[in-house]
Amino acid sequence: MSAFIEFRGVTFGYPNEEGVVSNNVIENFDLKIEKGSFVAVLGHNGCGKSTVAKLCNAIEVPVSGKVLVDGFDTADEEKTLDIRKKVGVVFQNPDNQIVATIVEDDVAFGPENLGIEPKEIRRRVDEALKNVGMYDFRFFEPHKLSGGQKQRVAIAGIIAMKPDCIVLDEPTAMLDPRGRREVMSTVKKLNKEFGITVVFITHYMDEAAKADRVVVMDKGRIVLDSSPREVFSQADKLRKIGLDVPPATHLSKILSKDGVKIPDNALDMDELFENIRAILEA
Amino acid sequence: MLSDITIGQYYKGDSFVHRLDARMKIILTILFIVIIFLCKNFLSLSLMLLLTVISVLLSKVPFKMFFKSIKPILPIILFTVILNIFYIDGGTTLVSFRIITITTKGIFTAIFMAVRIICLIMCSSLLTYATVPTALTDAIERLLSPLGLLHIPVHSLAMMMTLALRFIPTLIEEIERIMNAQKARGADFESGKFMDRVKAMIPILIPLFVSAFRRAYELSFAMTCRCYHGGEGRTRMKQMKLHSGDFVSLGVFAVSLAGVIVLNHYFGSLI
Amino acid sequence: MDSVVLETKELSFLYSKGTSSEVAAINNINIKINKGELVGIIGHTGSGKSTLVEHFNAILKPTGGSVFLDGNDIWQDKKNIRSVRFKVGVCFQYPEYQLFEDTVEKDVAFGPKNMGLSKNEIDLRVREAVEYVGLDKSYLEKSPFDLSGGEKRRVAIAGVMAMKPEVLVLDEPCAGLDPIGRKTVLDLIVSYKEKTNSTVIVVSHSMEDIAKIATKILVMNESRLAYYDTVRNVFSHVSELVSMGLDVPQITQLFLKLKNAGYDVRTDIYTADEAEKELLKLLKRRGNNAQ
Repeated sequence: MSAFIEFRGVTFGYPNEEGVVSNNVIENFDLKIEKGSFVAVLGHNGCGKSTVAKLCNAIEVPVSGKVLVDGFDTADEEKTLDIRKKVGVVFQNPDNQIVATIVEDDVAFGPENLGIEPKEIRRRVDEALKNVGMYDFRFFEPHKLSGGQKQRVAIAGIIAMKPDCIVLDEPTAMLDPRGRREVMSTVKKLNKEFGITVVFITHYMDEAAKADRVVVMDKGRIVLDSSPREVFSQADKLRKIGLDVPPATHLSKILSKDGVKIPDNALDMDELFENIRAILEA
Repeated sequence: MLSDITIGQYYKGDSFVHRLDARMKIILTILFIVIIFLCKNFLSLSLMLLLTVISVLLSKVPFKMFFKSIKPILPIILFTVILNIFYIDGGTTLVSFRIITITTKGIFTAIFMAVRIICLIMCSSLLTYATVPTALTDAIERLLSPLGLLHIPVHSLAMMMTLALRFIPTLIEEIERIMNAQKARGADFESGKFMDRVKAMIPILIPLFVSAFRRAYELSFAMTCRCYHGGEGRTRMKQMKLHSGDFVSLGVFAVSLAGVIVLNHYFGSLI
Repeated sequence: MDSVVLETKELSFLYSKGTSSEVAAINNINIKINKGELVGIIGHTGSGKSTLVEHFNAILKPTGGSVFLDGNDIWQDKKNIRSVRFKVGVCFQYPEYQLFEDTVEKDVAFGPKNMGLSKNEIDLRVREAVEYVGLDKSYLEKSPFDLSGGEKRRVAIAGVMAMKPEVLVLDEPCAGLDPIGRKTVLDLIVSYKEKTNSTVIVVSHSMEDIAKIATKILVMNESRLAYYDTVRNVFSHVSELVSMGLDVPQITQLFLKLKNAGYDVRTDIYTADEAEKELLKLLKRRGNNAQ
């Protein structure tokens, strides 16, 4: 598989009052994201993970190094629009990314900016709303929706632009458990059914556990980068940087230490349940 | 309460008036305002009142909603009424007490003015009640697009209006939240002298501005991510097309205009 | 007998009362909260938990029933409302959005100042409150707007603690924080309670967090009180909690699953330690592998 997004030795920081970049948010950062994959970027607040999102579609450009999207350099201003068409970003606060007073008008906003034919926009908007399960709410005013619903509208607004990749920057941080589940299953579906590449930035372990690959960040660098099973087997390393492992992994490990012959790396309770049952039924 | 603010609020519906083209509705509203100022006597005014009532009935927006929008203007109406009753001379004198004289003409003029203002408010509220706000700003953008030739940023202005409409409910909620939070710390907004009350607003206004700027900042990112780059090359999902209903409405308003002119001419003027 | 500090009797609140769109936000709530208790309030979005809290400090006036603080009806004398708010300190969701002063010190002092305390007393309380939330003195001179999200949250909480309320109420104090931030806030709540021995009420979506810190749990469901009991007793109704759409801890879910699959296990389990014991017991009973 080819890399769809590639960070090559990227350093980025915000300039201070004198215009000098001194504090780097991320430093010498290398990352390749394959087409069609579901990558979680895990880290606590201030580790630079949101900056990664902004670098993915030329909202910010590296101070040094390069970010390539489908072969295009994000620093190339002529390609900016093409890059944003390919990589859509969903942000944390659902209220601050909805521009219209009616759900379907909001979803149409992106395609309208791209200058697409009205009939095609209509088709895309309906399709996008159906895919996130918000079609029945198409005439609603956004401020009357729940957080999870608003966030799904925001996702619909991105997929109506037919991107190859969606980057979600802590899309669930402000939601209740129900909203979090809604968003997660929507994103999962987009990845599995439509092959959209997903970069899911989060600080929730159980959400990261649902990805194909977990990239753990700390202080602007990548600390771990592997499958969720591999990453969450390194409980000590994760705890050292203020993260944790999902409760199912934690419990599996305890049992295994107690001498129970059970895999010590279950990612969720369903898996742990099956593992326990396997022992009991043996 | 803050949530009583109705300006710019849309009343969901699918009536004849809702379905009219937003551009036509704006033109008709302007036309209505012109005609109602042309009215010179009760007959022509009644014609416009009739037109108002029919429009409201056709929109299926309950009258209750209109009372809500008239309520804040009530002091102005009362003021106009009182002014007219006491200051207009003519007709038969009804009461005369020292400097106060009330005449029939004064009363008639007062009623005339009140009805005129109420019709005006009802008609302009109807425009916002029966038109999706985005359609409204859209229509303004399209109606004003010729001004683009004069380098007036019509699209940007319309976008600003759309965003303002979108964020009014959000910011109202925010103000209530901040007020509650400061009340919980003992802030007092209800008592004290004028200056104290102004000072008491600071703990609300600062967080509100901080939050509004943060929202604006995040929103601009989100819009950029969705490829927003101004009005150039932008298409619209909803095309505006005039239907037979729009032309019929325009016809009705034109006939009303003619009616008002005729009635004014044949029945003299009150004012 | 424990002494009751906060009590509600037949407390109800209707939105748009008297109109056709009348909706009960909370309905006939009868609770007694004892001094020194740490009560967790859980319920899904729209269950009425925030509305209930807004009655504790008289932000909302009940449309039916009453709220008693130290045995007195808080709405008996309208002039007293402000003093009620000093006694029941409520810190609402995302409290960092209420910060407005240019230094942490001034912002934390806002509540005590409104109470009309002397300058010395205000200084003392500000320093104490900042310490409760685990920030050192160097923060006092900083602008709250320059702090990180988690620190802002703590400053806002300190602003309520500085009023030395008899009852401290925190609505979703951990919302949106990362794991370190959550842990810091939960720890500071517990240590505040231990240090001051005051009554604390915490509203949360996360039963996991509540189970860790609370002595009693109050469950709201569809604007009514579903349960108000000790943590263990509430968790004994775990399948009912699930059917209310609540998110029971993942560990509890595992035991519920085992139970539903026909294994004889307890379902009132919510910590890893208890889970370990119960699972080992189960495995041993089956005579398998556990040594």
